[in-house]
Amino acid sequence: MEQKPDKHCDHVPDDKPEPEGNKAMTQELLIEGASCGSCVAKIEGALKQVVGVDNAEMNFAQRSVSVSGYASAGALVKAVEGAGYNAKISQNESDEEVLEEKEQADQVYYRRLMREMTIALSLGIPLMIYGVLGGAMTVTTNTERVAWLAVGLATLGVMVFSGKHFFVGAWKSLLNHNANMDTLIALGTGTAWFYSMVVVFFPSVIPDMARHVYFEATAMIIGLIDLGLALELKARGKTSEAIKRLIGLQVKTARVIRDGEEIDIGIEQVLLNDRVRVRPGEKIPVDGVVLEGHTAVDESMLTGEPMPVEKIKDDQVVGGTINKSGSVVFKATRIGKDTALAQIIAMVKRAQNSKPPIGRLADVIAGYFVPVVMIIAVTSALVWLNFGPAPAVAYAIVSATTVLIIACPCALGLATPMSVMVGVGKAAEAGVLIRNGEALQTSSKITAMILDKTGTITLGSPKVTKIHLANATDEDTVLQMAASLEAGSEHPLALSIVESAKERKLNLEPVESFNAIAGHGVEGMVAGKQLLFGNEKLMREKGIEIASYIDPAQAMAEEAQTPMYLAADGNLAALIAVADPIKEDSISAIQRLQRNNIRVVMLTGDNRATAKAVAEKVGIKEFFAEVLPEDKAKKVAELQMQNEIVGMTGDGINDAPALALANVGFAIGTGTDVAIESADITLMRGSLHGLADAIAVSKATLRNIKQNLFGAFIYNAAGVPFAAGLLYPFFGLLLSPVIAGAAMAFSSLTVVTNANRLRLFKAEEH
Amino acid sequence: MILINVFGLLLIALIIWWFWLYKPGEGSVGEGNIVITVENGIYQPSRLKVSAGQPTTLTFLRKDASPCAATVIFPDSELSEELPLNKAKAIVLPPMPPGEHPFTCQMQMYRGTLVVN
Repeated sequence: MEQKPDKHCDHVPDDKPEPEGNKAMTQELLIEGASCGSCVAKIEGALKQVVGVDNAEMNFAQRSVSVSGYASAGALVKAVEGAGYNAKISQNESDEEVLEEKEQADQVYYRRLMREMTIALSLGIPLMIYGVLGGAMTVTTNTERVAWLAVGLATLGVMVFSGKHFFVGAWKSLLNHNANMDTLIALGTGTAWFYSMVVVFFPSVIPDMARHVYFEATAMIIGLIDLGLALELKARGKTSEAIKRLIGLQVKTARVIRDGEEIDIGIEQVLLNDRVRVRPGEKIPVDGVVLEGHTAVDESMLTGEPMPVEKIKDDQVVGGTINKSGSVVFKATRIGKDTALAQIIAMVKRAQNSKPPIGRLADVIAGYFVPVVMIIAVTSALVWLNFGPAPAVAYAIVSATTVLIIACPCALGLATPMSVMVGVGKAAEAGVLIRNGEALQTSSKITAMILDKTGTITLGSPKVTKIHLANATDEDTVLQMAASLEAGSEHPLALSIVESAKERKLNLEPVESFNAIAGHGVEGMVAGKQLLFGNEKLMREKGIEIASYIDPAQAMAEEAQTPMYLAADGNLAALIAVADPIKEDSISAIQRLQRNNIRVVMLTGDNRATAKAVAEKVGIKEFFAEVLPEDKAKKVAELQMQNEIVGMTGDGINDAPALALANVGFAIGTGTDVAIESADITLMRGSLHGLADAIAVSKATLRNIKQNLFGAFIYNAAGVPFAAGLLYPFFGLLLSPVIAGAAMAFSSLTVVTNANRLRLFKAEEH
Repeated sequence: MILINVFGLLLIALIIWWFWLYKPGEGSVGEGNIVITVENGIYQPSRLKVSAGQPTTLTFLRKDASPCAATVIFPDSELSEELPLNKAKAIVLPPMPPGEHPFTCQMQMYRGTLVVN
């Protein structure tokens, strides 16, 4: 039963990562299949034999093992599996804890950079002022040699204290056949310092005119770049504000009712089907279905919908939203990582780190950038040495140093991810979940948008839209009679009548001698009245006088409403119009799309008359009626054949193939269905304005990325030749390495700041 | 002067060879199940051998406080993860086809390769 050490673990390379001081890590494993106390020793034993494990302690009650040391997760899992159990790495830290840790680490790093910056600049600035005021930066006398030697050693101190990370990083990457920012900074400042020290120690090998020292450049560059990094760190923090806000919505405790008692427990202890109590003003802790009480809930933080939503029994509530008015008890249906909020956070995080195709060129360039700059620096030095005016050596050194320092691969590398980070976050704030960078980029280019009618332009559930009174005196009585009669019917239109009566809190009466007349309607006795409810045909056959109501009925039909006649005791009581109402803001949202030169097309399975009426009402000129669900994808393909970049919007259920085929598939969610698989973009609220918002955010983000990329390209393309001295023959201009250092430090800061400008983006008013 | 020019050209040749032409031998390839340290601008080890066609778990330990090191991206698997400072982070990668798959930081400055076979 002895567990041998895992074969793979024997292979630990010599340069195996050593823990730094007491920073050996602790990992938590969750064990499955451990049924008895004796398993504990076996599992702990197996883990302790893995190379790199210092200690393993199992908590049998929780079925978890805490392992310290620096073995890999894979090796640990294998060892436990070898002992006959299943294990997985637990990563049960909450998003909030991770975020807090990250912020603390950033804070420590920021303070370190600021400290290093202060030291470097307190040497660099006085030296620079001395030079600017006309002090001799040259070495001619012995006194000067001694003085400059002291300054040179002080500069070395700055390089060690403030610039160590550049030099260590440069060296390590060099050994790894890799080159990065550190390489450029270390080479640039190192060259300047080394040359100056040569001037101090061996002035005779350097021509008279070139005996210039550049210690101030080394100290200033290190200080300025540290400052740039510190400011960039602060600016970067702001790019993740949206995700921080989402994480902040998560609730820490919940009040559950167990065994008839209300107790406050930690959110992680809430179980499925727990009864959870939420009082007014409190946040709803997890997703669930209302069991008791009624209230209004502010869901704006998730859906972007500003109006509070009424919740009664059987309505869904979403964790992280705020209960405004009443106290409710609900049943927990989704907890932990399954809640809508947790899924939104995961999805936004994923999307924020994914790259749109536009960023790929910059990635390719960034990959070759540093060695190319090094080659340019060497070439420029050679050209100065061969063809430059005296003192050629000094010019060669200055130009090489300046080229190395001014080049900034970071600005190029940061251009895309920073904007995506802010753009995706901004979209999430508006209730628009973008799956990845590609969806973001493509939606900025959409030229045609196909909208499904039912559930997209319309609410998707037929409702009583109008009651036209004939002989009856009030709408409630009419609705009560019709609903009582239809209560037993399963026709969709009948359901909408019953639903409407419930909404108005009308009590239904029992029905007697009920009779359904196929293709016509229904009849029956309610509260002593002989009722008829159905279409025109039914009325005519039963001899009800309707002549003066033909016109209003016709008007209803032209507005995409289905008119139904209700007669009581042989007289027409009222006309009831049932329709799938158009969402309040569909018209304005469609206008917004059209204003952006997007060709809007409507698809529906409904008949032509209704389709035409709806299309006309919302201002859509192109529509296809009686389209079977499976033919929707064909319509997408047809538009694509016409060279349109097609967005398709649907509810994600029966239009999945069309959503998948479209260049960008938009799914209209209900606020809880976050991860609609076939969709590239999910709209959390039902409004079509989400669509226009999504396109607007994408356009703004792409514009921002282009500005960043353009800026970074131009900066490097202009800065590097200038630094190399290309302007010198024409204008006698040569850049100072200190200016180059400042320019470099602030170029990446500019990119991050420009990306942060996106935070101010506001979608056009509805 | 000629000497300096030759030295300069040699330096350029060296840069090209060291950063682009050099192909790491098998000796520098680590196994998939060791800890990858993120420190001083590099992933260590930066070349890892993993098996094709099955999920791979990689463990990262980030010791580099620079925000550049905070995100690791696997472009071929469309996956990206945040790495906490001084804490192990296990990342499960979906099965990959044989070949070389890079992993990098957001800005492509930290670079590593998964050798899948």
